[in-house]
Amino acid sequence: MGMTITEKILAAHAGLDQVVPGQLINARLDLVLANDVTAPVAIKEFKKLGRDNVFDRSRVALVPDHFAPNKDIQSAEQCKVMRDFARQHEVENYFEIGQMGIEHCLLPEQGLTLPGDCIIGADSHTCTYGAVGAFATGVGSTDLAAGMATGEAWFRVPESLKFFFYGDKWHHWVGGKDLILFVIGKIGVDGARYQSMEFDGEGIRSLSMDNRFTICNMAIEAGAKNGIIAPDEKTLEYIKARAKRDYKVYKSDTDAKYAEVFEIDVAEIEPQIAFPHLPENTRPVRESTHVKIDQVVIGSCTNGRLEDLQAAAQILRGRKVHKEIRLIVLPGTQQIYRQALAEGVIDALVEAGAAVSTPTCGPCLGGHMGILAKGEKALSTTNRNFVGRMGHPESEVYLCNPAVAAASAILGRIASPEEVA
Amino acid sequence: MIEKGRTWKFGKDVDTDVIIPARYLNTSEPEALAQHCMEDADPEFTRKVAQGDIIVAGKNFGCGSSREHAPIAIKAAGLSCVIASSFARIFYRNALNIGLPIFESAEAAEKIQQGDMVEIDESSGLITNLSRGETYQAVPFPPFMQELIKAGGLVPYVAGKAGKQASHV
Repeated sequence: MGMTITEKILAAHAGLDQVVPGQLINARLDLVLANDVTAPVAIKEFKKLGRDNVFDRSRVALVPDHFAPNKDIQSAEQCKVMRDFARQHEVENYFEIGQMGIEHCLLPEQGLTLPGDCIIGADSHTCTYGAVGAFATGVGSTDLAAGMATGEAWFRVPESLKFFFYGDKWHHWVGGKDLILFVIGKIGVDGARYQSMEFDGEGIRSLSMDNRFTICNMAIEAGAKNGIIAPDEKTLEYIKARAKRDYKVYKSDTDAKYAEVFEIDVAEIEPQIAFPHLPENTRPVRESTHVKIDQVVIGSCTNGRLEDLQAAAQILRGRKVHKEIRLIVLPGTQQIYRQALAEGVIDALVEAGAAVSTPTCGPCLGGHMGILAKGEKALSTTNRNFVGRMGHPESEVYLCNPAVAAASAILGRIASPEEVA
Repeated sequence: MIEKGRTWKFGKDVDTDVIIPARYLNTSEPEALAQHCMEDADPEFTRKVAQGDIIVAGKNFGCGSSREHAPIAIKAAGLSCVIASSFARIFYRNALNIGLPIFESAEAAEKIQQGDMVEIDESSGLITNLSRGETYQAVPFPPFMQELIKAGGLVPYVAGKAGKQASHV
């Protein structure tokens, strides 16, 4: 019987020829990761396990990105717990401020997430790495502690959903963010609960790696265990420049079983806005232009990559941010930041009136660097618009792609890029 | 084990940012997290809730972030368990791993009203609504999982087993 790419990766890591949905397996892990919020809890549990060492110093990644650079004394203590642990256990992939980036932008860029890998991370957006053809899923701190100690984790093999994007009649300014918001709008925030979301079709193949990362990143927003895209030439080009260890390319069999297959014509998809307070509350941007906003955020593990900043700069170059808008831009990594500087992208954004920050998750989870007051509204390229996500419980977050965010920053309300282009 | 308590009812898709807002995640101390449990849904919640009380919610409870702080906050706030139509997968795993009992029953989630007194038999999964004289059936956890929850979660369970094995040597 045929297997999906997710089933093949899980089978290979469990030492089995075949797995089926529902089967419980114990799998070998290629990478385990945590951040300054989740690592301290994991480290506390790790210590209780009585292990002297992590299972493999080269396969643990610790990234202080959420409340770092330290936003207050308590955050500083949390980061220190992780830093001390990293030094004590000689964790090779600890990234200090100045090298650090948002974990899900940084680790693929560093070649630490490779095709065919099995990865757990104490962060729900760990599913991002499906974009390189890896099985990657978010776990809590206790599972992460066990993973750090043993290099293994148990999983229930998920059923798979296939999202097949066909056609080439793209609406202007539509990117990966719009595809995934469109899907979440269609199936809901628990539409893929416990399942694997596999993205395929010429619509996906025509997208860049940056756009694919955005799509897999938000699989969790539909409740999925993982999101995944089988590697193609674009993936391998991205990987070859970065990989420092072996990897394996898996693809789904033509007779693989899916719980459901969704076929979507890319022509159906317009730039999307997710209204408060769930990512499933999607509408086309053209039906959202009445919403006046106070703040625009461009960044995060969802949309903080070079192409995202380029798209924003393309709109903002030579224009000015509306006088009642605070535009905050957060490049995902130091490398993205430098490249954006070299290309004049950062200059165009700053010239337009953007406040550009060092890489951090910052405002996405209401941590720091742009918290909302009561009643304020933000339009953001981040991933969640839950109650209180970016600040006061009575503030609101709307989600969109970077081009829409940039256009809206100019007009002071939700706007289509076509209104300013 | 039998859980018994007064219920607090919430809607569907209760996310981990509501259970414990990220702005309080600059600490991982259970007592500190407990003070802000469910704060963005009900700012008075932790002042009103009594030891042993029970959260009842709709589908997809615990969606969003992977923060283990969410079940930790619920447990540390004194709640004995959560009943929901369904749970988001990371929360489900985290709750068991830290020893917070959770029960899936769409019927219970629908029929239990705010303030009802409810009793749950962990070994059978039977939920008894003492206020309304109704019973609902949740799928019980297998014995090892009940042991794990009783031990306080995965790590104490594993450590306890290792201790038992060592004492036999």
